[in-house]
Amino acid sequence: MIGLLSIVTFLPLVGAVLLLFADRQNEGFIKNGAFIVSLATFFFSLGIYAQFDPAQAGMQLVEQAPWIAWIGAEYHLGVDGISLLLVLLTTFLSAIAILSSYTAVTEYVKEYMVCMLVLETGMLGVFLALDLVLFYVFWEGMLIPMYFLIGIWGGPRRIYATVKFFLYTMAGGVLMLVGIIALYFASGASGTPTFNLLALTRLSLPFATQVWLFLAFAVAFAIKVPMFPFHTWLPDAHVEAPTAGSVILAGVLLKMGTYGFLRFALPLFPDATRYFTPLFAWLAIVGIIYGALVSMVQPDLKKLVAYSSVSHLGFVMLGIFALTSQSVQGAILQMINHGLSTGALFLLVGMLYERRHTRMIEDFGGLARVMPAFTVAFLLVTLSSIGLPGLNGFVGEFLILVGTFRVHALWAVVASSGIILAAVYMLWMFQRVMYGPMTNEQNRNLPDLTTREIAVLVPVLALIVWIGVYPTPFLRTTDASVRQLLQRVQGGAPSAEHENPTGTATGTKVADAELRDGGLRLTLSHSSLSDFAAASERRHGY
Amino acid sequence: MDISLAQTPWGAVLPLILLGGTGLLVLVLDPVLSPEGRDRLPALSLVGVLATGGAVLSCWPRPQVAFGGMLVTDQFTASCSLIFLLVAALTLLISMGYIRRTGLEHGEYSALLIFATLGMIVMAGSLDLITIFLGLETLSISLYILAGFLREQARSNEAALKYLLLGAFASGFLLYGIAFVYGATGSTNLVRVREVLALGRVHSPLLLTIGMGLLLVGFAFKVAAVPFHMWAPDVYEGAPTTVTAFMIAGTKAAAFAAFLRLLMMGLPALQLEWSRVLWVLAILSMTLGNVVAIAQTQIKRMLAYSSIAHAGYLLVALVTGSKLGSASILFYLVAYTCMNLGAFGVMLALAKGNQERLAIQDYAGLGLRRPVLGAAMALFMFSLAGVPPTAGFMGKLYIFSAAVQTHQIALAVIGVLNSVVSAFYYLRVTVLMYMSPGAPDIPAERTAPALAVALALAALGTLLLGLVPSSFLEAALRSVAPLLG
Repeated sequence: MIGLLSIVTFLPLVGAVLLLFADRQNEGFIKNGAFIVSLATFFFSLGIYAQFDPAQAGMQLVEQAPWIAWIGAEYHLGVDGISLLLVLLTTFLSAIAILSSYTAVTEYVKEYMVCMLVLETGMLGVFLALDLVLFYVFWEGMLIPMYFLIGIWGGPRRIYATVKFFLYTMAGGVLMLVGIIALYFASGASGTPTFNLLALTRLSLPFATQVWLFLAFAVAFAIKVPMFPFHTWLPDAHVEAPTAGSVILAGVLLKMGTYGFLRFALPLFPDATRYFTPLFAWLAIVGIIYGALVSMVQPDLKKLVAYSSVSHLGFVMLGIFALTSQSVQGAILQMINHGLSTGALFLLVGMLYERRHTRMIEDFGGLARVMPAFTVAFLLVTLSSIGLPGLNGFVGEFLILVGTFRVHALWAVVASSGIILAAVYMLWMFQRVMYGPMTNEQNRNLPDLTTREIAVLVPVLALIVWIGVYPTPFLRTTDASVRQLLQRVQGGAPSAEHENPTGTATGTKVADAELRDGGLRLTLSHSSLSDFAAASERRHGY
Repeated sequence: MDISLAQTPWGAVLPLILLGGTGLLVLVLDPVLSPEGRDRLPALSLVGVLATGGAVLSCWPRPQVAFGGMLVTDQFTASCSLIFLLVAALTLLISMGYIRRTGLEHGEYSALLIFATLGMIVMAGSLDLITIFLGLETLSISLYILAGFLREQARSNEAALKYLLLGAFASGFLLYGIAFVYGATGSTNLVRVREVLALGRVHSPLLLTIGMGLLLVGFAFKVAAVPFHMWAPDVYEGAPTTVTAFMIAGTKAAAFAAFLRLLMMGLPALQLEWSRVLWVLAILSMTLGNVVAIAQTQIKRMLAYSSIAHAGYLLVALVTGSKLGSASILFYLVAYTCMNLGAFGVMLALAKGNQERLAIQDYAGLGLRRPVLGAAMALFMFSLAGVPPTAGFMGKLYIFSAAVQTHQIALAVIGVLNSVVSAFYYLRVTVLMYMSPGAPDIPAERTAPALAVALALAALGTLLLGLVPSSFLEAALRSVAPLLG
């Protein structure tokens, strides 16, 4: 009996293999076939959501089978509150991305669709694998389809961009591989060595070991996120990738880095995590402000959105390393938000590019008059990206900042300047593209959104509004798992050689314990500022 | 020493007799056959190789000692022999069209390939330094001739001469080393040498150290480890393409098999010494091989340097001197055989007439014009770079696991970083194949059936070893058990 998780993971791959045998002349069939496969995958992944029990913190729908017996590597899949939403995001955005490339891709359509579907399997495998070798196989294997997507269907500097992307990610990856192997043998010190993530997260390793292994994993994840100063591959890859590639890259691939921290680096090496918290938090803050400042001066729309990702992912990283229940839940939600809003931004920029074959801000202006529907969509997404209350971006950023503020007020204060900067660069960009006089004659007859484009955008916009207005169903799924994770990171058995490495850990623990009650209510009900105020009052009433 | 055939169990030598007989039969048939019949000699050789494989499977898993303790047919010999026979079979398959096209269709070609394989099997089965030497010379002399088989081409002649001179030089080192080890321990038998070392009855430790050093140099020449690699790029580039493929995969496999026998069975007591030397060789080979490969514009030469780097990875496994390390060598050799012969097969499939496509630039546009061939080449390139889910990745996983297990973390880190460097030049091939405007003259004809079979087998092996490596790894682990005795 094949489990649901396996079906979701490998359905796209099966579709890709079947597509290989399709007649390449029949492009309509290939496009529709790929879309139907991705749509089916999405519906199956909704089945995961339906069967998921948010009250449980541990892994659910687990599938386990022997794979490489002698070293104990297993085929081991499972889903919990940390990965569930990311799986849904992946299947959702993959379907959207495939639908969005119906007209954008004109050459080698078959190969393109095969790459997209193989990529989807790779991404899902990353989010579901619970065996480190299996995880690594998906993590690195996924590079191959992405490499081809950027390299074949990308922009003028695509080869440089794709090779840089591949080598950067692989360089981080192989160090993690050594880390995985070392962890395997380290786990052998107390019993059979294992690659099983669940068993490994129960270990208590010596502090020095933890530090080295944490670094080996963290470099791989930090490159993927990308964290400042490992971000230089990202603008190149984003700008040169085809629209759907950018959507997947920004929407899902970057999340694999932040997910890696949550799933592997933090629970495997809790003492090292606490030790490195200040470093990573400050790097995240630098990334927030640096990304925003660089965005501001970009003349190219796609580059602007790419750098804004550095800034937004900085928020996610800050939320993760603040290590409070709100901030981590906010970080997970913000991963989803960023996937939706930045994915939508890339889609919109791609639609403009298809019409005008330029992405330079200066070539546009006054578009609002000729493309009203496009303008509405663009405005909504822009506001979501800025974090306007009532839209999804607000909930995530707000949770992150609140969670951070409680333990490190300074971090939160400095980071919030990133929100102001985001408003500056996004609104300024919006103004230059949409309003003002129509300076360029070529823009006068631009057609508005087609039906297919509307079909691509509407589901994304609907989710943007939904999460903004009523985030509870999303947060409810993450709550229990996040709590368990933080318990591991903070309350984990102190290592033999090193207790309380920085002195901050104890403080965090106390603060979190105090706030747990109020925090829970907060996370479940803060869809707006007033709710938060009410929750705070209740908390102070204790 | 009493070497009497009467006491030799037939089962122990049957595969050798079968293989040697096939070679002789091919030689005898060559002059008497019509040209059409001569065309079938590679096929006949292939049948002989497969029959030998069958004989190995049925006769050899039982450990038997033959020729007065000079040859042993344990699990290790059997597994190595199967690897060599796989190399030989794939080489014969990719050769069939090639030798017809280039006018190499002499019976000697197939016969020499078979004798070389016989030499390899003898090397892997040796329990005695003398037999290792015999096997090595059988292998090498066959290859000296094969390397120069394109008589009209200066490069091929140069390759043969270079290989002969440097090969003879290396053989000299090896023989000298054997003599020193004999002088120090009083025996050339590996089991006996091990006993003498274990009992501490070495006549002269200095002689032994010198002998070991000379042996290491000799083997380092054969596997083309830096700094004993100078001959390799020229020889690999000049030799006929099929022979290059055979040499890169086969010689390496045989040399490492004998290396394992020597170090694990004969000289485990000196592990500290030899692992230090090999540690340096491993790092030099990986780094130099990969860095210089980046600068190459000819694909054969690039693969030649990459083979130096792969020898470096295998040396990493040898340094560990552990069970997992030894098993990972066998696993890697199978993986390397598949991906390497596959890559050479694609090269041959693209040749037009006598002109092979040697410049990497010639591969521009291949991927989308010949989708199946392109996909196969991409698979082999990703596997050589060690990207999952391919055989190359699993091989590296085991090698570096063995390194980490024996606390050779530095070696593992240098090794994985090297595979990133190597990804750069392997990727360049795929970049050209898929992302550059195509060369207009890529032939659109179908690949010859034999070559297609070889490519399919290689691709299948590359994928299977990457996806379901479990049973292969366990077979490898069982195979190296006799070494650790």
